[in-house]
Amino acid sequence: MNMINEMRLDFPARPENEAFARLAVSGFLLPLDPTMEELADIKTAVSEAVTNAIVHGYMNHGGTVRLRACYDEGGKVQIDVIDRGCGIRDVERARQPFFTTAPGEERSGMGFTVMESFMDSVHVRSAVGQGTTVRLIKRIRLRDEALPRRA
Amino acid sequence: MLAYEKKRNALIVRLSGELDHEAAARIRRELDALVADTGAKRLIFDLNGLEFMDSSGIGLIIGRYKLMARRGGSVAVFGSDARIDRIFEMAGLYQLVERLA
Repeated sequence: MNMINEMRLDFPARPENEAFARLAVSGFLLPLDPTMEELADIKTAVSEAVTNAIVHGYMNHGGTVRLRACYDEGGKVQIDVIDRGCGIRDVERARQPFFTTAPGEERSGMGFTVMESFMDSVHVRSAVGQGTTVRLIKRIRLRDEALPRRA
Repeated sequence: MLAYEKKRNALIVRLSGELDHEAAARIRRELDALVADTGAKRLIFDLNGLEFMDSSGIGLIIGRYKLMARRGGSVAVFGSDARIDRIFEMAGLYQLVERLA
């Protein structure tokens, strides 16, 4: 993947930063001239991943969430949401619809299902006690007049 | 954001802005107090004003469905766009909650 633009952002694992993370990614992707639909897909997936980091990774006890994003000339977007929290013991199980470790918070357990539905692919790397990285990938269809120029 | 009106036994709640995990926690507290105060038997969500929703919306609506079911009441929604419907349908929400035209 030949990246032509990238960004990195660290922020405290606080619920009010969920909206900030969505907006930051939207702003970063503007040069690709995504459709409203594509942008909404990506914002939804980012929101799910960042919420998971705050609620599950750090169990609402602070910590730092790292957001990394980049894209290539073909409009392929890659976003990593990284926490250094508790990690996921069984990733396959965690990805199942309705699986949640926080039912008291009314988490539906649909976060990964939503991410998978709105992105082209979702990769999860996790180690217990070390944290979790969720990688979200989606190709944005480039319109002729909107081809990004090399920085 | 949340605005509401009471019509006989029904509480009609209009949600606007962005419904994520942070907003859902606030709305849930407000809503549960409203249901207790008004004694509403039917809770109706108007989603026309929502600009964004993630899976937190599923948790919020299913949570209120359970609350209303315990009180012998019901929940309905209307005004959802195609994206919100897609998220609700992933969770089979419309098997529990009535969708009004």
